Amino acid sequence: MSWSETLATAWHAIRAHTLRSLLTVLGILIGIAAVILTVGLGLGTQKDVSEDISALGSNLLIVTPGSSTDSSGMRGGFGTAATLTVADAEALGSDVAVPDVAAVTAEKESSQSIEAGDANWTTTVTGVTGEWLDVRSREMAAGEFVDPGSVAEVVLGPETATELFGTTSVVGRTVSIAGTTFDVVGVLEAAGTSSTTNLDDTAVVSMTAMTSAISGGTDTSVSTIYLKATDTDAVSAAYQEAQSLLLALHGATSADAADFTIDSQDSLVSTATSVYRTLTVLLAGVAGLSLLVGGIGVMNIMLVSVTERTREIGLRKALGAPPGAIRRQFLTEASILGVTGGVVGAGLGIVAALTLPAGLGSSVVVSPVAVVGSIAVALAIGLVFGVYPAVRAARLAPIDALRSE
Amino acid sequence: MTPVIDLRGGRKTYRTGDLEFEALRGVDLRIEQGEYVAIVGPSGSGKSTLMNVLGCLDTLTTGTYRLARNDVDDLDETDLAAIRNEEIGFVFQQFHLLASLSALRNVELPLVYRGVPAAARRERALDALDRVGLADRTANRPNQLSGGQQQRVAVARALVGEPSLVLADEPTGNLDSRSTADVLDLFDDLHEQGRTIVLITHEHEVAQRARRVVRVLDGLVTADEPSGARGAVLL
Repeated sequence: MSWSETLATAWHAIRAHTLRSLLTVLGILIGIAAVILTVGLGLGTQKDVSEDISALGSNLLIVTPGSSTDSSGMRGGFGTAATLTVADAEALGSDVAVPDVAAVTAEKESSQSIEAGDANWTTTVTGVTGEWLDVRSREMAAGEFVDPGSVAEVVLGPETATELFGTTSVVGRTVSIAGTTFDVVGVLEAAGTSSTTNLDDTAVVSMTAMTSAISGGTDTSVSTIYLKATDTDAVSAAYQEAQSLLLALHGATSADAADFTIDSQDSLVSTATSVYRTLTVLLAGVAGLSLLVGGIGVMNIMLVSVTERTREIGLRKALGAPPGAIRRQFLTEASILGVTGGVVGAGLGIVAALTLPAGLGSSVVVSPVAVVGSIAVALAIGLVFGVYPAVRAARLAPIDALRSE
Repeated sequence: MTPVIDLRGGRKTYRTGDLEFEALRGVDLRIEQGEYVAIVGPSGSGKSTLMNVLGCLDTLTTGTYRLARNDVDDLDETDLAAIRNEEIGFVFQQFHLLASLSALRNVELPLVYRGVPAAARRERALDALDRVGLADRTANRPNQLSGGQQQRVAVARALVGEPSLVLADEPTGNLDSRSTADVLDLFDDLHEQGRTIVLITHEHEVAQRARRVVRVLDGLVTADEPSGARGAVLL
């Protein structure tokens, strides 16, 4: 019996029980669609996060308070200790101690309510030092940046300006932050939204203004120091220089005793990627379980089919079908069920992956590997779970099979 | 000339647990090309076992069986399937047609397993259906045919592969008297065309249509004689 003949016979048998076959296929289909969608969502999120981090610039180093002593990268006291100061930032600006650092800026953030006439808007107010525009890759849309020594100048993000004044042409107007009146000296160019922060809803003041007017007093701690290396190749050297300088300034004897953490864009990307990869694998594993259930469904239906068609099998054998042909026929049936589920499931998964992002606000990456892989898995499921029923059919003795009612 | 069937010292023992049952107790049977033989006997006589052995659906415990020059004693399942396909055309009491296939597709089945190309298969199946007088029913499914017509489709299926032997197991057992006469007339025609026919039956009238009657009782051949030919039916 030729392969085309076997395929035609199997297809005929499947068509003879349309509803039953469809329900069997449904089990596989849902499993495959779930795997493609979860893998797609996982990869999409991974891509979003990597892009956000990459947008920081490839030659950027980020210094944060708190140490990273654990080899797993877990941070003790991250963000709580106030160990970085304006003085650290100034020291890091030295061409002598850290020649591979081209520009430095320190940030200190505080959530504040900003008032302009009757309008009132709560946003993140950031006090900055040094070459903030350069290091953070931002541009001015209008006006100019705050003077480092100013105590009453503010630059607004375009969204903040719109919320407060209904327009972005706000240079020369005044706002009130924490009871102090600030002159709006400029508006930032729009930069979009990263996964964690809305870059356009912000207010930037000088560190001087932040310390005196907003956090009120002598607190000179900063939340983050950004260093821009002279170029991408100098990132590693800049890291070493910044680390030794800060260790010396903080009186620490070894890197293990550091009360700060320096991250590069690369290390952030790899940490985030590995976290999301683990999540993806986990989710895909759960989805894969439903595939197993689908496979058991295939086996169940094939066993029913063998029992139901005992007489047909007996007749085919009497007419000269060798055991191999009977086995092939049932295996082919199971494989067709599996592959149909795989192809339709993959189609459904792709359609879902293309339509869902609009609603979810996160991108979904349809990976060709996942698509081809799940169709192959569906075929394998059909084959594996079809083997036992097929072998049973092939073993039936023709006389007994013919006599069965 | 080589006989179609050459069975010597045929014994078949079934074993269920500690119980042994000897269905055939040393059967010798020789059937020549072109003979029309009826094998008769009451139920439990061993005639079904004999039919299974002759049809290569079962193998002997001891003894030798040669079917049209093929020594079938030491063959495995796959080779037995090939022998059945090449040498035997079965006609069963329950017709055993596949309900989802047309008459034509049912008749084609043996040729499918022989690997005959589709076009040649179709031509030969149409020819076989024509020979049984069903040229106008080729597209019908079995449930659209009468019992007699279904059995004639089964006969066409038995003929399509040009086997050495047509083996009919109670072919009229499920038919009314008119259809029975139809099918037996068809066997007469086949006999006249020179086919070798072995018919298993317990009906005296059916057996008398054959040219030779072999009686089986308790696993042994008790009588083997020419029948009264056609005249016997009228008596």
